[in-house]
Amino acid sequence: MLLGPALVVSAVLFTLGVAGVLLRRNAIVIFMCVELMLNAVNLTFVALAQRIGVAGHVFVFFVMAVAAAEAAVGLAIILAVFRHRESVDLRDIDLLKG
Amino acid sequence: MAATAPSLIWLAVVLPLAGFVVNATLAFVRPGARTVVSVVGVGVLVGAFAFSAAACAALAGAPDAAPIVFRYWTWMPVGDLQVDVALRLDHLSAVMLLVVTGVGSLIHVFSVGYMREDPGYARYFAYLNLFVFFMLLLVLGANFPVMFVGWEGVGLCSYLLIGFWFGEKVNADAGKKAFIVNRIGDCGFLVAMFLIFRHTGSLDFAEVFARAPGLLAAGGATVTAITLFLFLGCTGKSAQIPLYTWLPDAMQGPTPVSALIHAATMVTAGVYLVARCGILFALAPASQAVVAMTGAVTALFAATIALKQWDIKRVLAYSTVSQLGYMFVGVGTGAAAAGIFHLTTHAFFKALLFLGSGSVIHAMHHAYHATHAHEDAQDMRNMGGLRHHLPWTAALMWIATLAIAGVPPLAGFFSKDEILTAAFARGAHDPLWYGIWALGLAAALLTAFYMTRLMLYTFHGPNRTGEPQRAHLHEAPWVMTGPLVLLGALTVLGGLINVPPLLHGGAWLHEWLAPVTAGATALLPAGHLSHTIEWVLVLAAVLVAAAGIVGAVVLLKPGALVPARQAVPETGLGRLLWKKWYVDELYDAIIVRPLAWLSRRVLWETIDVRVVDGLGVNGSARVARAAGWLGSRLQTGQVGVYVAVFVVGVLAILTAALR
Repeated sequence: MLLGPALVVSAVLFTLGVAGVLLRRNAIVIFMCVELMLNAVNLTFVALAQRIGVAGHVFVFFVMAVAAAEAAVGLAIILAVFRHRESVDLRDIDLLKG
Repeated sequence: MAATAPSLIWLAVVLPLAGFVVNATLAFVRPGARTVVSVVGVGVLVGAFAFSAAACAALAGAPDAAPIVFRYWTWMPVGDLQVDVALRLDHLSAVMLLVVTGVGSLIHVFSVGYMREDPGYARYFAYLNLFVFFMLLLVLGANFPVMFVGWEGVGLCSYLLIGFWFGEKVNADAGKKAFIVNRIGDCGFLVAMFLIFRHTGSLDFAEVFARAPGLLAAGGATVTAITLFLFLGCTGKSAQIPLYTWLPDAMQGPTPVSALIHAATMVTAGVYLVARCGILFALAPASQAVVAMTGAVTALFAATIALKQWDIKRVLAYSTVSQLGYMFVGVGTGAAAAGIFHLTTHAFFKALLFLGSGSVIHAMHHAYHATHAHEDAQDMRNMGGLRHHLPWTAALMWIATLAIAGVPPLAGFFSKDEILTAAFARGAHDPLWYGIWALGLAAALLTAFYMTRLMLYTFHGPNRTGEPQRAHLHEAPWVMTGPLVLLGALTVLGGLINVPPLLHGGAWLHEWLAPVTAGATALLPAGHLSHTIEWVLVLAAVLVAAAGIVGAVVLLKPGALVPARQAVPETGLGRLLWKKWYVDELYDAIIVRPLAWLSRRVLWETIDVRVVDGLGVNGSARVARAAGWLGSRLQTGQVGVYVAVFVVGVLAILTAALR
């Protein structure tokens, strides 16, 4: 029931997330795009749960928990970088340049 | 006592080594302890001589003529190769033993006076003792490897003593030259040893010489190769063409060293080796011809150079090369006894000549030193008339000069005559030997001439040393003239040990060496000369000697000489001889310089710097750095790039997995 449209939406969302990560420079925006990708995946899980059973629902909760932890750590890192460099533009942050 | 004397022979070898240890220690700890150094340095030699004499007396009294071999311990037990540290006392090594320790003792005593004021006194005696140790090892070794240790050891000591005053570059260079030229010869000795072991399965003298006639085809390529390689070793050590050039330069060392190492003992090691391997050489007539021909040509060639040298020691050096050539004619002919006889008498009169020249140089040096003049104390043009100042030295050196010229009845006459007679006798089988005899005779003429020239310019005519210096010319102290007198006595009487039957003598040395030389003599064609021919040969030798001496007295004008400083350079043939036929320059041009060029330009600047350093070491480092640089270009530090690569990678994997 509505499986096809749900998967299409989640694919579009995931692609938007990937495109955002690839194209944007602002760390916060990239972070939000990562969240977008996670939620696109969540949507896939939920949609597919009607086929494969409750495991799909359970997995969504795991992803949410991990995403919450990641948000906490990720925002803290971005905050620390901003304090240090007065910028969250990733073009300015290239300490690993060889 | 007599029965145990030979078994104490190891003491004769070890005593000089102990002397070396003590003197070397003193050289470091207390270089000024001259009395102790003198007592130890000379004492060990006299002790070694006493033990040697006792052992030889016992050998002479032994009922059979068998060699006495002492095996001490096994040195190299490798498969079939069993090499013992062993000494062999037989009639040949006994003669060498007495010459080395006897003449060596006299020269050590002389050195006490000659080196008295040298700051390196202890070091000098340490080297000298070490030399005698190695020389005795060379002479007494019972197999080729032990002999080779001695052979290399005397080369080392020669190097150390030539460069004894290493503060001056020319001395250090002379030492290096001697060492390097000798290496070429030693290489030949080594190859010969390998061949001997391969073809006879042993390196022990007794076994090799016993098996050789059975295993090696007479005149075959194998034995010819072995003997020629051995002879290559001899040309290095005994200064024969083409490796003789180091010996005249070796005169940079102290004069007693020239007397001991570069006249009486070490340089005769090659003659001893050929005599020792007489059986091998007897099996290879071609090699014998090479040995004798090389000796004869060297004898004449070196004599021509000696005609025009001004440095008194250089004349004697070329004379030594020339006389060594005679010895090789002797041993090459197969007349080992004649060669060893000349070796012995030459040790007497050449040591006397060198020590005499040492006495002259000593006086000259002191005269120049006392007056603060900077003239050459060894140049004969600065001498003249010295017989008034050094009467003992002059008289004794005249005896030695007459002996080396071959005037009867002095030592050199008998030995030289025996060699020439032996070469002539072999001419009946191959005319080549007549040529060798003729070369020897020509060399005898020149020998008489250049030695008389040396005496005339040094001791006769007006004195050219300089007015203020003349008062300082004195005879050396007794510690130096004493050995000269003893050597003079030996020079006069030395010939008597081997008076030929022609002159109603017993040919004692000939009989004495017979047990050693019998094997080789049996293999050679017997040459017999009638008494008439022998008398003609003797007469020819005496006439030639007289002609040389008289010719020098008539032709040379000591009064017309000017001191070295005012001398004008020679021209024409005289210059050619004075420049030693430009052989050193020739070797420099065809060997030394190409080798130096090859080493510098090709081996060093191309192969080492460009290939090894450039390509190998720096090249690999550069490749690693380039690879690292390329890799580091991937690391942009831009998160976007990483993500892009990551996404592309994931897509690629997914595509591959889903296909």
